[in-house]
Amino acid sequence: MAYALQQLINGITLGMIYGLIAVGYTMVYGIIGMINFAHGDIFMIGAFLSLISLLGLASLGITAVPIALALTLLFAAALAALYGWTVERIAYRPLRGSFRLAPLISAIGMSITLQNFVQVSQGARVKPMDALIPGGFQIMESDGFAVRLSGMQIMISITTIIILAIFTWLVTQTPLGRRMRACEQDLRMASLLGIDTDRTISITFVIGAALAAVAGLLFLLYYGVIDFFIGFIAGVKAFTAAVLGGIGSLPGAVLGGLLIGLIEVFWSAYFSVEYKDVAAFSILIVALIFLPSGILGRAEVEKV
Amino acid sequence: MLSVTALTMRFGGLKAVDDVSFEARAGDITAVIGPNGAGKTTVFNCITGFYRPSEGGIALTHASGAHFPLDRMPGYRIASRGKVARTFQNIRLFAGMTVLENLLVAQHNPLMRASGFTLAAVLGLGTFRAAERHGMEKARQWLDRIGLLDRANDLAGALPYGAQRRLEIARAMCIDPVLLCLDEPAAGLNPRETEALNELLKSIQGDGCSLLLIEHDMGVVMRISDHIVVLDHGKKIADGTPAEVRADPAVIAAYLGEGDEDEEAA
Amino acid sequence: MKHALRDAGLSALIALGLFTPLIGLVTESGDHGLELRARPIAVVVVVSLVFLGRLLMLTRAARIAVPTLAGPSPAMLRAGRAVAPMLLVFAVLLPFGGSRYYVDLATLVLTYIMLGWGLNVVVGLAGLLDLGYVAFYAVGAYSYALIAEHFSLGFWTCLPLAGILAAFWGVLLGFPVLRLRGDYLAIVTLAFGEIIRIVLINWVSLTHGPNGITGIPRPTLFGLAFSMDGGEGTFAGFFNIEPETIQRVIFLYYVILGLALLTNWFTLRLRRTPLGRAWEALREDETACRSLGINVTNTKLTAFAIGAMFGGFAGAFFATRQAFISPESFTFIESATVLAIVVLGGLGSQLGVALAAIIMVGGLELLRSFLSFLADQMGSELFAGIANELPLYRMLVFGVALVVVMVLRPRGMVSTRTPTATLAPLGGSA
Repeated sequence: MAYALQQLINGITLGMIYGLIAVGYTMVYGIIGMINFAHGDIFMIGAFLSLISLLGLASLGITAVPIALALTLLFAAALAALYGWTVERIAYRPLRGSFRLAPLISAIGMSITLQNFVQVSQGARVKPMDALIPGGFQIMESDGFAVRLSGMQIMISITTIIILAIFTWLVTQTPLGRRMRACEQDLRMASLLGIDTDRTISITFVIGAALAAVAGLLFLLYYGVIDFFIGFIAGVKAFTAAVLGGIGSLPGAVLGGLLIGLIEVFWSAYFSVEYKDVAAFSILIVALIFLPSGILGRAEVEKV
Repeated sequence: MLSVTALTMRFGGLKAVDDVSFEARAGDITAVIGPNGAGKTTVFNCITGFYRPSEGGIALTHASGAHFPLDRMPGYRIASRGKVARTFQNIRLFAGMTVLENLLVAQHNPLMRASGFTLAAVLGLGTFRAAERHGMEKARQWLDRIGLLDRANDLAGALPYGAQRRLEIARAMCIDPVLLCLDEPAAGLNPRETEALNELLKSIQGDGCSLLLIEHDMGVVMRISDHIVVLDHGKKIADGTPAEVRADPAVIAAYLGEGDEDEEAA
Repeated sequence: MKHALRDAGLSALIALGLFTPLIGLVTESGDHGLELRARPIAVVVVVSLVFLGRLLMLTRAARIAVPTLAGPSPAMLRAGRAVAPMLLVFAVLLPFGGSRYYVDLATLVLTYIMLGWGLNVVVGLAGLLDLGYVAFYAVGAYSYALIAEHFSLGFWTCLPLAGILAAFWGVLLGFPVLRLRGDYLAIVTLAFGEIIRIVLINWVSLTHGPNGITGIPRPTLFGLAFSMDGGEGTFAGFFNIEPETIQRVIFLYYVILGLALLTNWFTLRLRRTPLGRAWEALREDETACRSLGINVTNTKLTAFAIGAMFGGFAGAFFATRQAFISPESFTFIESATVLAIVVLGGLGSQLGVALAAIIMVGGLELLRSFLSFLADQMGSELFAGIANELPLYRMLVFGVALVVVMVLRPRGMVSTRTPTATLAPLGGSA
């Protein structure tokens, strides 16, 4: 019982990270109808940027954890946003009217480029980091198993909730959010009504990238080790989360993220750790075949 | 021979088509008209298998007596078994392939059968070669009929707009349909091309093929249709001969201000 | 000009933002864990390149755009038609002129060419984006290795079996997923490729896990083995010559050459059949195909299965050539490499795919060995360093090339397409 509760806590924590990444996927898919294959690698870049920022701040003597983290968050989010913007401008915008496969292949190319760019410039080895937020507390104990809620886990949950709250406010209450939703509904119509669709799409990418960077920072703090390949696996899982929750639906992305996180953790705990990725990938295949519009999504009708 | 019964199509909360019933008789040119958003293309898509109707039935009966419940058949079967062909509102040619290839692709099924599911084709056996020649001949005849024989080896995407429209019709005809459905075939055509279109459609009718068309150009509709169905806001508001429909007050009300300039004496 | 300068300046500024942290500050293992090392020169170099590159692009934009959009000239087309036979002759004669190094390299290139031709059926002809092609390569390799191990069957018997098994998996995977639209299909095939790799690593009882399978038998020439003892029943013994490893190497080279040519012939024939035409029509417009009565799902499945089959053949060859396989050889990077070859060569173009493989796989390797050679000759640290780093840069170049080609020339290097049937102007058809 206690063991299960611990897995629940771990799963939700992991799920929050996936949820942050999944929101980026679902936003981009909603607005321009394509999977941003490079999004997972933006997450990875966010993690690296966070690492560099923390190391840099430490070497400058700024070691107070809250300040360092806040500065790092801003730094990583801002630069990752720049990456997201650049990727869209270079690899996707020129191909918007092109034949079906072109933006997909370009996205894959971008993903490969980002992964290998980091590999070449930062080295292929894993990058470890000391835990910044130690401690936590024991919630309960039963059957000789102590359920712990670590400080890191609390921080992840709080950060994610705050960020998502800001983001939801942004999408539902601001004019920008309205523009984004209009573009998501009908891009051509929105443009005919005078909305700068190019700009809105860019902003979508930027916000998605920033969220992914936050996820990257949290991932770095939680697991303490990153490498240039984490974007690949996390990307597929986060995309699975977006599909599971209903592609195009923002609450769906978060819900999907939590589900995937829980499934991954429970599978590792009760079945086998080696096949945990297989479990996540299989869910993707199963979800797309049997539940293509996801849990909270709308059925997509093809316009002929 | 095509009977649509109580057809209803819902998208989420919106009823695009609401309890529409009509019949298209064999050998007729039946036109479906109505203001924009009336649900015409939705009806079309239901008939040709691109949407599954929420309610109602669509049945097609061939002269041979063969019966096809179109609302329950997968799209490609409607074309291959039911022999219902269609063209699209936004032309969907195989732009990167040549004009000739477009027509050959349409004959895919008979050619596939003759090719022994490709094995005979790969090995270059005689039966397949004969079938290919036959296919080319049919393509050539259609190219001649629509006046594109000299452009057979050009890319379909490079043709002018009017030619592309004619090619799409010819391609649809290459599946030997009993019913040809046309989605706004006259859109974007100048008067001379529209005249040529009328002749082409009439000659297709003369061959024994029935036609079902959506059209906004009243000149075309009134000139060639035998039977008109009028939709508005998803419901059928009129059904009859061109003369009857033209005089129908409900139709005039729905079209208030539209179409008067286009109407010509039949 | 002023406008171009401003734009280039802006690009340089963005590049500065992008590259300062990741290129400028390197995380390295130090005494107390990770440390940052500054590399300002690298940043300056890259940012300057971006500035100059953008400036060039903007001021010569008109002149660059014209050749890329106009496509190859008639002279180029005529030259192009001569390339294929020339390559073929070169390929056949290669072993007689080159050293073992070149034969090995050519064997590697041919393996990629065959993989490229196989994937070309799926991506290039039918337009189905398969990101997990390596899965079929792996199935072919492991099928051969395991069947040979458990049933003691030779290469030539197992080769068709490997292909059939791979095709079977192609159908199995394809059946539920081929009706998904492009993006979804891509990511599902990617996931499948990864699943296969993880299973290969972890199902130790079947696949020997990360240690791989060793001692995979080599093919024989009409029953003559290429063993080194030169006795009865061996190649050397039969021809009464000294046994040397080069003989086996050359034999394997001709095996892959034969397999690749078979793939090519088969694909070219298929293109001219209704099935091949349907594939290309599918790529152009799936909805229109459906409206013409084509069973889109079956057509896609056939493309998938045939592509998988060739991947399986290539996998079996790979296993026999190395006599050892492990899951490490079957990563996403392989799928991405083959995809890059197909895309850069021009979707659907056989010659383009071959050229792309030659340039990208063969070319880079030749470049690396040339730089190593220079490094040795000149005692240069710089060249040696670059030569060592080159494999690392390979994937980076691939990724960038994919993006650049898509943006500038979506149809790839060889962008003209030969129609599958032509109509003669008067009387009679082609």
